[in-house]
Amino acid sequence: MNNLSPLSELTERWLRPAVERVPRGLAIGIPYAWLLIFFLAPFAIVLKISFAEPQLAMPPYTSIFEFLNEAGDYFSVELNLGNYLLLIEDDLYWRAYLNSLKIAAISTALALLLGFPMAYAMARAPERWRGPLVMMMILPFWTSFLIRVYAWIGILKGEGLLNGFLQWLGLIDQPLAILNTDIAVYIGIVYSYLPFMVLPLYATLEKMDESLLEAAADLGCRPFKALWKITVPLARPGIIAGSCLVFIPVVGEVVIPDLLGGSETLMIGRTLWSEFFTNRDWPVASAVAIVLLLLLVVPIALFQRHLLVRAEATR
Amino acid sequence: MAISTPGSSAARRGYEPWDDPNATPILKIAALSKSFGPVVAVDRVDLNIFKGEFFALLGPSGCGKTTLLRMLAGFDRPDSGSIMLDGADMTAVPPYRRPVNMMFQSYALFPHMSVERNIAFGLKQEGLPAREIKARVAEALALVQLPDHGKRKPHQLSGGQRQRIALARSLVKRPKVLLLDEPLAALDRKLREETQFELINIQEKVGITFVIVTHDQDEAMTMASRIAVMDRGRIAQIATPGEIYEQPNSRYVADFIGKVNLFEGNLVGGETPLVRSAEAGCDIVLADAPGLRAGQRLWVAVRPEKFEISREPPPPGSTNCLSGVVWDIGYLGDVSTYRIKLDTGKMVVAAEANRVRRTERTITWEDRVYLRWTPRAAVALLN
Repeated sequence: MNNLSPLSELTERWLRPAVERVPRGLAIGIPYAWLLIFFLAPFAIVLKISFAEPQLAMPPYTSIFEFLNEAGDYFSVELNLGNYLLLIEDDLYWRAYLNSLKIAAISTALALLLGFPMAYAMARAPERWRGPLVMMMILPFWTSFLIRVYAWIGILKGEGLLNGFLQWLGLIDQPLAILNTDIAVYIGIVYSYLPFMVLPLYATLEKMDESLLEAAADLGCRPFKALWKITVPLARPGIIAGSCLVFIPVVGEVVIPDLLGGSETLMIGRTLWSEFFTNRDWPVASAVAIVLLLLLVVPIALFQRHLLVRAEATR
Repeated sequence: MAISTPGSSAARRGYEPWDDPNATPILKIAALSKSFGPVVAVDRVDLNIFKGEFFALLGPSGCGKTTLLRMLAGFDRPDSGSIMLDGADMTAVPPYRRPVNMMFQSYALFPHMSVERNIAFGLKQEGLPAREIKARVAEALALVQLPDHGKRKPHQLSGGQRQRIALARSLVKRPKVLLLDEPLAALDRKLREETQFELINIQEKVGITFVIVTHDQDEAMTMASRIAVMDRGRIAQIATPGEIYEQPNSRYVADFIGKVNLFEGNLVGGETPLVRSAEAGCDIVLADAPGLRAGQRLWVAVRPEKFEISREPPPPGSTNCLSGVVWDIGYLGDVSTYRIKLDTGKMVVAAEANRVRRTERTITWEDRVYLRWTPRAAVALLN
């Protein structure tokens, strides 16, 4: 390489590798930039507001940064922890948190119970049916989420489709009070989030080697037990992914409890909404949002770490 | 590799229950058929397999051998016919209640379980006490010479190790019959040849009846006590490897096992069975022709290595003598194969062991050569 001119050496050694690196850097950089601008920056703003105090102004909260003299030489940061203290002191908030977690946990379990057989049936269906079946699973997304939840009001209300049908069958005399109860919320959530459970489950189950089940049967294992001993453990990545995709958004769900739930259906998303838009207490609402985020992010991060350690241990 | 006793394979020991009219087979398959839509995969197959046999189902892909094996395991239900195992009717018994085990071509090891738990899986289904399970798992691991690999996961093993674990898992329940679906297909050539002998040794040691499916004739010839050659769902011939090779019953079998030269001709009446063949360009004497009529059309099959190749012309009017020109030479190291174009236009293959160094070879391209063989070296085939 000694006979290269300085210029060509410059291109060979520095410019070309740099240019070649661009597409890769771009591919990694775009999602990072996206997350930075649209997730981290708003998060920082919300975090900042959560330490402020409410005031009747535009914007409706105090600034936590202040310049103490005209020249701007001194700079003070005033953090107000009162919003967080309120979350602890007022049992409305932590009851809302706990209830959200409870509703999310139960709906995730229900979605899993309902979604697993569906995903299994889809994965074991003849190959030419699988595409249309997946399509049918995705089809509801073509309609607005809000409209689909509204439609459930029509189904569940006192003189709605469900009660009409049950009365027509003669199973009940009086209409069941389902709308505006927790049951309606569960129905709405499980209905809305089921595809998020079914699709990742389907993806893992579809990849599964069917000869494993034959091997289990061959070794004396009955089909139902083989499902439990072979299929479920191997579907674990799908179960975890599906459960996360249902559990996390459901904890912060606003629309479904608002439209289908009763006034006593306490969920943190609703509380957050009313703090922002009814009480116009942005600092408390921001604190609620930050705590909700920590509540979800910390366990997931720990779980990810656990998976990583396990994966390395078995390698 | 531990070799228990030299040359102790079943066939070589003179273990031949199939010739004994009083022997009862452990596996009795009668008129078994199975179709997939319009495709007849297995067509009225009758088969008796005896205890301790190493039985090979051999055929090209799509001949129905795997379907037959899957029906023995219980994964596919036959359309008609019956499977009797040790006197019990297995035809409608689900796979999890059959005393047979299968070693899968893909091995089908459970990826989420350690080697130990894979092997113990079948024993746990029987509800054996933990102590016995542990002992039998250790025994199985020792049998396949991987005693220290119990804690590993399948993905941490090499292909050859996975193959052994799959074998251990299918043997540990001590099945009445072990079914092996192309057990060596995924191994590389050298390992495959080693494993063939190891499988024979293991089979001898455990004394379990093996039924193996393979498309590899060398594999079947090396390991099996008997071979069933299958053709489009039917069994073309069942015989020992030696009989299959030396006395094939059809052109299909002769052609499938090894190389063969076929000469079409007609039987000429007389004291010695003589075949007049335009293809060969000479008269062919047969060693015997039981039940053949004069004028019957038949094919004389001669294996390439049965020819004696020479450059000296034989006396005129000789029988069993072909004449042609060397067209091609394939040097394989241990043997050389010659493609020779006969004067009649037919191409034949002859093989000769390279007993001398290649540089000293006397026959070369475009040489005129003469091929001779003794009447006992050829077989007459009617179909």
